[in-house]
Amino acid sequence: MFEIILKQEMAKSTIVRFDIKAPKIAAKIKPGQFVIIRVNETGERIPLTVADVDSFSGSITIIFQVVGKSTALMRSLNAGDFFKDVVGPLGKAAHIEKLGTVIVVGGGTGIAILHHITKAMKQVGNYIIGIIGAREKGMLILEEEMKSLCDEMIITTDDGSYGQQGFVTQPLEKYLNERHDIKEVYAIGPIIMMKNVSNLTKKFGIKTMVSLNPIMVDGTGMCGCCRVTIGNKTKFCCVDGPDFEAIDIDFDELEKRNSMYIKEEKDALLFSIK
Amino acid sequence: MLDYDVKYLRYKTFLNTYCPHCNNSFNVKKDNKELLVFKAKFKKQDIDILMSPYLDVFEIEASVFLEEGYELSDLICPHCHKSLVTNERKCEECNTKVAKLIITAYSKLLPFYICLKHGCEWHGLTKADERRIKLKIPRQEMPEQDQKLRIHNFIEVPYGLTTELALLEAGRCLQCKNPKCVEGCPVNIDIPEFIKLICEEKFDEAAKKIKERNVLPAVCGRVCPQEDQCEKLCVLGIRDKPVAIGNLERFVVDYERKMDLVKIPIIKSKTNKRIAVVGSGPGGITVAADLTLLGYSVTIFEALHQPGGVLVYGIPEFRLPKSIVNFEIDYLKRLGCKIELNQVIGNIHTIDELLKNFDAVYIGVGAGLPWFMNIPGENLCNVFSANEYLTRINLMKAYKFPEYDTPIPVGDKVAVVGGGNVAMDCARNALRTGAKEVTIVYRRSRIEMPARNEEIHHAEEEGVKFKLLTNPVVYIGNDQNWIKGMECVRMKLGEPDDSGRRRPVIIKDSNFYQECDIVIVAIGNGPNPIIFDSTPDLKRNKWGYIEVNPETMETSKEFVYAGGDIVTGSATVILAMGAGRTAANAIHEKLSGY
Repeated sequence: MFEIILKQEMAKSTIVRFDIKAPKIAAKIKPGQFVIIRVNETGERIPLTVADVDSFSGSITIIFQVVGKSTALMRSLNAGDFFKDVVGPLGKAAHIEKLGTVIVVGGGTGIAILHHITKAMKQVGNYIIGIIGAREKGMLILEEEMKSLCDEMIITTDDGSYGQQGFVTQPLEKYLNERHDIKEVYAIGPIIMMKNVSNLTKKFGIKTMVSLNPIMVDGTGMCGCCRVTIGNKTKFCCVDGPDFEAIDIDFDELEKRNSMYIKEEKDALLFSIK
Repeated sequence: MLDYDVKYLRYKTFLNTYCPHCNNSFNVKKDNKELLVFKAKFKKQDIDILMSPYLDVFEIEASVFLEEGYELSDLICPHCHKSLVTNERKCEECNTKVAKLIITAYSKLLPFYICLKHGCEWHGLTKADERRIKLKIPRQEMPEQDQKLRIHNFIEVPYGLTTELALLEAGRCLQCKNPKCVEGCPVNIDIPEFIKLICEEKFDEAAKKIKERNVLPAVCGRVCPQEDQCEKLCVLGIRDKPVAIGNLERFVVDYERKMDLVKIPIIKSKTNKRIAVVGSGPGGITVAADLTLLGYSVTIFEALHQPGGVLVYGIPEFRLPKSIVNFEIDYLKRLGCKIELNQVIGNIHTIDELLKNFDAVYIGVGAGLPWFMNIPGENLCNVFSANEYLTRINLMKAYKFPEYDTPIPVGDKVAVVGGGNVAMDCARNALRTGAKEVTIVYRRSRIEMPARNEEIHHAEEEGVKFKLLTNPVVYIGNDQNWIKGMECVRMKLGEPDDSGRRRPVIIKDSNFYQECDIVIVAIGNGPNPIIFDSTPDLKRNKWGYIEVNPETMETSKEFVYAGGDIVTGSATVILAMGAGRTAANAIHEKLSGY
């Protein structure tokens, strides 16, 4: 049993942050790695990339968007409640090294994962340009935290209610045109965002890393549910990833595979309401 | 199915006895006790003798004190006072005079002889007689759930033997002096001995006998391929069908569990040595149980949220009810073995870290990385690995969706690629989740199928179709990236390959289209990379499995042992257990220093 020690609702309660007491995992987990959570006996195994670690209190932070039955169930929990299972660390850690100037791009809940990686990037001494975006002002998360890590930061919203109006790719393109010392782009967010960032950086020939979030079951390489096509090769996101070089990833396939259970997700929600 | 018209007398059969001269019965009932009453002459004295009417129960009461080894000079009918002693035969053990009675068994009158020497246990039925009698009992079939009914539920298909059937079946065993069946068992269960105990109706003792060698008998009785192991070598199998050893094993341990007779052995001597076992599958459980019983303190690390490994995520409910696995795991815990769930070794602890806290490490992680065929379209929606499909259904209980949150896709036309037990499991699961048509697509012919005959038979009974000598080459999706069909080619068998099976060869231009909306790829598993990423000094063979010394199961790292699928590639539950046993013995030898 794993205790929730802090709960925070963000972005009009569509995004929730939990700090979970898991000292063993906290001592081992590295940026980019994920955990799998099972809320209760009948629950799914939900993979969530860790957003932060507090090794002092032995807790890990997860931030997730409420999209279906399982995440709604998670939101209903409070500090002091327990998760049945938390397993981790899983997946490969993000490759962190001092490169020089790095652009980190985050969208929606992806900013949560990006935050953990940015922190590590900053610690090794990179100059960090942050671009984070959301649909509207109220949906933006971790703005302050990112600001404190980034040397430069730009915020975009789709409707222009805050920061620049438009998508994250617009300021990114501007940077890529203006600055020629950018060594790497790290983009984490909705699949469509990562796809567009990847298409853009491909033109400039800049190495781009993304963190993928396919559907998983066991998360230890056993089932192959999370397979993605990268340059005609099949990779298992749980053991080969979740961070991959964006070039050659078949984002469209991933998008389709991720929508495999939309109908079942609805059924489950309806069932739980009944 | 049941042949009652056999001259078969088993232990403790009640005998109705008659005098061959006056046809009066010797049986009497005294104080609720069944007895045989005779008169006899002993040292020229007339005495009364009372005997037990049960076969092979040698309880004798006499009106004078009878010392063992003394001979009666006569045995006399109490009704007609004629001597029962006969010259037809002599005792074949001690050559003493014998008395002749008539017994009835299964409505037949048979002569029956009693040796007059007190303490001699000869009764006139020779081994050859018994053998002849036993051969006449046909192999008893296990009752099963009806095929039309069972495809709509997940309840176990075979119901198990009844006590009557088990006794009949156990009576078939010839009790060979040099039993071949034991050699065929990877963990060398004393098979004739436990069957003898069944004959004597000592079911709990029979279960104990099995447990001396096998820690998971309820599991093995269900999923072991006995027809290739113990039963293959049974002498009866030469002219008849072999003794149903697996079914008997299942019967006694089920009896023991249902009657709540399971006892936890007391561990006499404890050592302060600690053992880490990675993986709680059949191999890990065997190592853990063996070493716990030897007094070691054992901790099992399991990556998933439920212990049992392939027994809980792979083998379906209708073949191995999960309640049985849980019972066995519980037994292990009660023995004193610790199980830590949700521990992915390699990530949370590396093998080297474990070695700091433990005296030895056993790696029994299985081969948990599904193979795909690397053909176009394999990542379409509704193309699954067998592992995923089975894990969803078994471990995550997706068949109870939406009560359980994990969904399982339901399709009308399911194609399962592969010919092993796992392929059969997938196909039968698909039927139970509502598929209208399930087809097994296999590239060789039926003879080469690695699945157990019983499994193929069950699948056929339930209506699974078989497309043999067929192999998919392309999976075809619709505009939404969902599978809608596959292109297959026909195969023929060529020269034998390394495995001794004939290699399938593509027949040119034989391509055809097969419609399907779910494809399950069940072509085997490779080694999982997680442990190797953090332990690069673990030596591996050319297929990527761990290299071990086959006599001790020790790896290239000292104090690190491995066994099961991670060493051999996909194999069976019992072979993993055999490897675990070998490793446990080797670990004990090494750590105890002799």
